[in-house]
Amino acid sequence: MGNILGVAKKIANKDCSCEQVVRHALANVTTDALGLNAVVETFDDIALETAKKWDQHIANGTAPAYAGVPFLIKDNMCLEGAHVTCCSAILTGYKSPYTSTAISRAMDAGFIPIGRTNMDEFAMGSSNEHSVYGPVSNPWNTDYVPGGSSGGSAAAVAAGMVPVTLGSDTGGSIRQPAAYCGVVGMKPTYGTVSRYGLVAFASSLDQIGPFGQSVDDVAIMLEAICGQDPNDATSEKLAVNAFSQHVSMDALSGKRIGVANQLMSDYVDADIRSAVEVVMKKMVDLGATVDFYDFPYIEEALATYYILAPAEASSNLSRFDGVRYGMRHMNADSLGDMIKKTRQHGFGDEVKRRIILGTYVLSSGYYDAYYAKAQSVRAVVTEAYAKLFREFDVLCSPTAPSTAFLKGRHVDDPMTMYLSDIATIPVNLAGLPALSMPCSLSSQGLPIGLQLTGAWFKDHDLLNVATVLEDVLGFTQRYPFSVPEENHAI
Amino acid sequence: MQFEPVIGLEIHAQLNTKSKLFCSASTEFGANPNTHVTPVSLALPGALPVLNKRAVELAVMAGLAFGCDIQSRSVFARKNYVYPDLPKGYQISQFEHPICLGGAVVLAELNKTIDITRIHMEEDAGKLVHQGANGISGAHASYVDLNRAGVPLIEIVSEPQIQSPKEARLYMERVHHILKFMGVCDGDLEKGSFRCDANISVRPVGQSAFGTRTEVKNLNSFRSIEQSVQYEIDRQISVISSGGTIIQQTMHFDEERGETIALRSKENAHDYRYFPDPDLKPLIVTEDDIASVRLAMREHPDQVLNRLTTDRQLPSHDVKVLMQDVPLLDLFESTCAIAKHVSPKMISKWIVGELNAELKLAKKTTVKAHDLAQIMQALAAKKLSSKMVKDCLPKLVQGVSYDILSDMFGDGQVSDMDQLHGWVDAVMDEHPDVVKKIQGGKVASANFLMGQVMKMSQGRANPDAVRRIILDACARA
Repeated sequence: MGNILGVAKKIANKDCSCEQVVRHALANVTTDALGLNAVVETFDDIALETAKKWDQHIANGTAPAYAGVPFLIKDNMCLEGAHVTCCSAILTGYKSPYTSTAISRAMDAGFIPIGRTNMDEFAMGSSNEHSVYGPVSNPWNTDYVPGGSSGGSAAAVAAGMVPVTLGSDTGGSIRQPAAYCGVVGMKPTYGTVSRYGLVAFASSLDQIGPFGQSVDDVAIMLEAICGQDPNDATSEKLAVNAFSQHVSMDALSGKRIGVANQLMSDYVDADIRSAVEVVMKKMVDLGATVDFYDFPYIEEALATYYILAPAEASSNLSRFDGVRYGMRHMNADSLGDMIKKTRQHGFGDEVKRRIILGTYVLSSGYYDAYYAKAQSVRAVVTEAYAKLFREFDVLCSPTAPSTAFLKGRHVDDPMTMYLSDIATIPVNLAGLPALSMPCSLSSQGLPIGLQLTGAWFKDHDLLNVATVLEDVLGFTQRYPFSVPEENHAI
Repeated sequence: MQFEPVIGLEIHAQLNTKSKLFCSASTEFGANPNTHVTPVSLALPGALPVLNKRAVELAVMAGLAFGCDIQSRSVFARKNYVYPDLPKGYQISQFEHPICLGGAVVLAELNKTIDITRIHMEEDAGKLVHQGANGISGAHASYVDLNRAGVPLIEIVSEPQIQSPKEARLYMERVHHILKFMGVCDGDLEKGSFRCDANISVRPVGQSAFGTRTEVKNLNSFRSIEQSVQYEIDRQISVISSGGTIIQQTMHFDEERGETIALRSKENAHDYRYFPDPDLKPLIVTEDDIASVRLAMREHPDQVLNRLTTDRQLPSHDVKVLMQDVPLLDLFESTCAIAKHVSPKMISKWIVGELNAELKLAKKTTVKAHDLAQIMQALAAKKLSSKMVKDCLPKLVQGVSYDILSDMFGDGQVSDMDQLHGWVDAVMDEHPDVVKKIQGGKVASANFLMGQVMKMSQGRANPDAVRRIILDACARA
């Protein structure tokens, strides 16, 4: 499928109807020609009903800009009347009676949600191997993971099923799969997109963000979904929200780019370091200055995240108790027994691991040593970034220390899994905006992602820099996997 | 050995808001189960709390009423525990940084002040209804009603300075009165808008260290607080005196049996794993915010009491009624303000007496002060008689305005002497036998003649004047 503007234009010109586009997308998703398992369920009824509505509007000339453009939502976002399960057994059969603000805004702009994508259970994971619906495959090589936790959303866009998808990012869950799948994925500044309707993992870290094959598509979707929401007390009023408006192709001229020494160390694959060095040279060619800096808190940031995120999660997941919705274990002899068994059978291992960890660090006697201390370190990390952004405009690094890995490789080794988020996690602690964009392929033909991080609420500047780079990098080695001829219709 | 009790009280009062603390669901009592809910109060996946501004105003008002230090920054924290009436698996409360610190409750009758430790905001839990037993154990089913989940509460924590069951009762009554009077809480004990937990311990007289305490929860009447505290004190003394030790535990007061019953052992006190709620920003209350609340808030009941008693010099019965009935009090003040030259005592007498009776009959709480003021003015100017006023009250309560009411009485009461004399003469001529009776000493018979005059004048003759004229005329004749 083409990009957002391409599809929207075809519909506006009446070259095809919204219904045709949606049916085509649904067919592609259902067929799943590459066997990716990226989409868990399609919303045929909702999608077709919405398509017909927009077709009416197109006929009347009253349709919004992106009417008819299909998109997919991660299985942790609420849409009225649709299932949402966070790829967990504990939410089996649950249908949301309300729609998340972000999705509601996307739909107001004309986008049509056609299904929910696979993910690591409750957004806890970096490989999309912890899902009750089974793992997702990387379209570049189906033996490999797409990354996580928004693996399905990344893979679906990479495979061209839809032009754009929504994911969520708590420690890198948009950026890392974007890197592994060779697409653009962005986590905006914390507070930019409402979290109302996003099933909470770690409330102070979560943000919804778009995936697309181009920076443009990501910017268009971000503009549609962003903005303060009275239903989310942590959402912020935005001074700038016209993200899809280009500034100029001059965006890198005079920009001060910073690269962290620690993120270009031997720990990172050689291929990846080379690719980033190429980008750094190109930036200089475009008029930017590029300098290395020391970020001494990388390891502490990782540890801090693995205290704070599980702590918040242990509390956020308390509501899943089999009382009001979702799965309830019926074979129990008391209330306490029912709740225990429901959670025992409903949650996967990784989720249980993090709940236990989170409960521990909040418990009496340990709170000060772990949770309180982690909060202090978080403040130190944030202050370090504030200092950096006095010196630099944009920070540049690899998104991940390696490219996609083989399925099953790390699934029993949580620590190595956690370490793959080393470049992305500190960004969430500070609440900064960051995106991953593909810059090259590794010697094994797997995508390499470049992470760009901006200052607070400078999402627009970040997108501009990315647009210029995208143009220059010409990541044209796209999607060598074949999409059947008949599916090229749109 | 002599023992002395040490008592601290934690009062939970529901704030008088239309919607819940963190969502727009209604706080109204008595609806069908699970109808006053939103995704937020149901703790559906993805739902988020948003703070109710009015609740904050009322909490600040309570703080001001008790002379507390309103904190410019307070923090909502999650209190984590599992129970079916707690949909999120945590209660949003305030822990390390409550909205108010300090303050005090004055018990005038005892010339004693009880200090307040803190006041904090928190959300209420839902309700469980058990089938087959009184509690969860033994029940074959429990029904969860989340209408109450999320209703805003303030928790007022006293210092352990209360020293007797009577003091406990007076403290509870005093706090209740002030919160109800100020409009912070509707104070409806039956509906559970106002509940109290009592922390009770005893120690040998003269010892400064505290004894082990027990907590009696969910006392919802003044009587039960006094009874339960007394019972628990006696029980503890009895246990210690016979060589036993007090176990720290939570108790429930069984009203029928008049006993405290242990609920669960607090030896391994629940670890609530409090941490600041990341879904809510710290609550900032500025000096301007406090000033706004002060401006909008009702006078403290002590000031009102003083004004009614000392300035207005109302009889104590009237004062008592007005202080217990805020709409009547407001009506009184408004009426006095309009009918400036009418005696407040007279206005009060009518409001507290006849009008109050009519209001209760019609199940209403007040009438328009403007109309009442005009009636009072007319009465004072003798344009209307007392009987006329009494007769028109039911209509006034129904909402009929003064203009229409006054039409009913035509030109109102007649006090013109010539006219009155005319009627009296006519009536005396018709009933010479009655005149003779009056002259013979049967003064009561004047009532008959009065009745005749009233009939002839269609109720408009000024009865006091008529009576005097009749008696004079009889004396002279």
